[in-house]
Amino acid sequence: MSALQTVTASRSLDVARIRADFPILSRRVHGKRLVFLDSAASAQKPQAVIDAERHFYEAEYANVHRGVYWLSQRATDAYEAAREKVRRLLNARETREIVFVRGATEAINLVAQSYGRTFLSAGDEVLITHMEHHANIVPWQMLRDEKGTVLKVAPIDDAGELDLDAFARLIGPRTKLIAVTHVANALGTVLPVQAVTRLAKTYGIPVLIDGCQAVPHQAVDVQALDCDFYVFSGHKLYGPTGIGVLYGKAALLAAMPPWQGGGDMIRSVTFEKTEYNELPWKFEAGTPHFAGAVGLGAAIAYVQSIGYDAIATHESELLAYAMRELSKINSLRIIGQPRRRSGVVSFDLGGVHPHDIGTILDHDGICVRAGHHCAQPTMDRFGVAATVRASFAIYNDRDDVDALVAGLSTVREVFRL
Amino acid sequence: MSELRDLYQEVILDHVKRPRNSGALAGASHRADGDNPLCGDKVTIFLSIEDGRITDVRFQGRGCAISLASASLMTEAIKGKTEAEVRAMFERFHTGLTARDEDDAANALADLDKLAVFGGVREFPVRVKCATLPWHTLVAALDRATQPVKTE
Repeated sequence: MSALQTVTASRSLDVARIRADFPILSRRVHGKRLVFLDSAASAQKPQAVIDAERHFYEAEYANVHRGVYWLSQRATDAYEAAREKVRRLLNARETREIVFVRGATEAINLVAQSYGRTFLSAGDEVLITHMEHHANIVPWQMLRDEKGTVLKVAPIDDAGELDLDAFARLIGPRTKLIAVTHVANALGTVLPVQAVTRLAKTYGIPVLIDGCQAVPHQAVDVQALDCDFYVFSGHKLYGPTGIGVLYGKAALLAAMPPWQGGGDMIRSVTFEKTEYNELPWKFEAGTPHFAGAVGLGAAIAYVQSIGYDAIATHESELLAYAMRELSKINSLRIIGQPRRRSGVVSFDLGGVHPHDIGTILDHDGICVRAGHHCAQPTMDRFGVAATVRASFAIYNDRDDVDALVAGLSTVREVFRL
Repeated sequence: MSELRDLYQEVILDHVKRPRNSGALAGASHRADGDNPLCGDKVTIFLSIEDGRITDVRFQGRGCAISLASASLMTEAIKGKTEAEVRAMFERFHTGLTARDEDDAANALADLDKLAVFGGVREFPVRVKCATLPWHTLVAALDRATQPVKTE
C-alpha cells in the first residue's frame, strides 16, 4: 500500500508549482482570480516558452538556411533542433518527416492541396467522421469541388462515439484517403485511431490524424499508430501561435509536389527549370516561423519535463471530478458520453444560450468557450446550435472546477432555473 | 451580480420566456434574414408596411437571451411607426448601447421607453451585436435587402 502511494505520489503533478510557471494565471479578471477553462482553443504559455522566444530574438536571431555568418548558423541550428524535438515527441523515424507549418489547419490544407490534388481524381473518396473540426472538413470539400472527389462521413452515435462498423462499411475501392481526429474538439471523445489505421492498412489507404486535442494530453507515437500523416498546432501545446507541425511518412512526402513555391524550398532556380529542395524544406517556402519553432521546442521540453504520465493522471482525475460536480447541477446536460474522454466537456444548461452563460461566467473571471467550437456538423448531430465547453490543461485544479460550478449557479439564479 | 442584473433585467427575461409577435407573418410585404454565424443566432423579420407605416411585424429566430428579447421588444416598439421613425429609433438605440460617453448613451435611450432596458449591454461590448442583430435585420427588411445581414 505504501509502495503504491509512493508511486502515485511520484507520478502526480504539483499543480501549484505548475501554475506558478504560467505568468498569466496570476492576473485578475474583473477583479477575480483568472479561471482559464479554454485551453482546447489555445493554451496559456509557461515562462519557459516566453523566455525561449525572447532569448532567441535577443541573442540568436538571424534568418535561417541563408547566411554564412555565425549568427545565421546559430539560428538555423536552433530551428533544426526544434524539429528534432518534434520528431522525438511524435517518435517519427526521421527528422525530415517533420514539416513546420502555421498550424494544423495549414497542415491539412497542405496534404489536401499537394497529396490530394496529385493522387486523387474524380470519383475517389475521402473518408472523415461526423465529429471533425471544420479544419478537417473544409479542405476536403475544396478538393471535392476542384477535383470531383467524394467526401464520405462516418456516423457517430448518441454517446458521441465513432461507429466503427459503419466506418468500416464506408471504406470501398474508391477510398483513397482517411482523415480523422484523434480527440474530438467539441465532445472530448478519444477516437480508436489505432483501429482506424489497422483497418486502413488492410486496404492500403493512407490515414491522416488531426492530433490537435491529443498532443497536449497524451504521448503520441506515429510509428506505433502507423499513420501516414499526423498534424497538430503548437499553440494548443503551450507553444506560440503561428507554428504547427505536419508529420508525414518520408516516402509519401517525397512523392508529393510542393504546394507553395518560393525561397528555401528550392535547390536551384533558372527561368527554365527549378529544382526543389529536399524534405522537409521542400514544403517550407519562404522564411519560416523559426522563432515560433524555437518556442514550440521549449514547450515540448516543458511538457516532457512534467511527463505525459503525470499529465494524464492529473487531467483524468480532474476531468472525472468536473464530470461528477457538473452532473450534480439540475438541468445540466452533458453533450456526449464517450467511454474515453480527454480534455473537454461540452454541456447545455436548461436551454440557456451558451453566450449568455459565457457572459455570466466571464463576470466571475471564468473563461469558457461558448459556441459551435468550429464543429457545426457535430452540433447539428446533437440538435444544438451551440454548447458551453470547459476544457482542462495541466495548470487547472479543483478550484477551477469549483469556480465553474459556482458560476453556473449564478447562471441558474439569473435565469431563475 | 448587480452588473449582471443590469444586463439581464426582468423585462428581458420575461420577453425571452414569452416572446411577443413571434412567428411568421402571412402576407408580409417585407422580410429579411439576419444571423451571427459565430453565435449561431438567427432572426427573420417580417413586416407589413402600408403607406410608409409599419402596420404589423413578426419575428422568428433562435439565439441568446439578449438577441431574442431585443427582437421581441423591438417588434412592440415599432408597430404603428413610420419607416423614418424606426430608422431614427435604431440610431438612438445604437448610440445608447455604444456611446463612449455615459450621458450620451443615457440620453439616447431616455426617450426609447422600454428599450432602455438594454442600457446594461453597453458594459458588455461583445454582446452589442446580439442586441442590434434584430435591428440590423429590420433595416435590411426596410431596404428590401436580398442578402442575409450579419453583425459580425
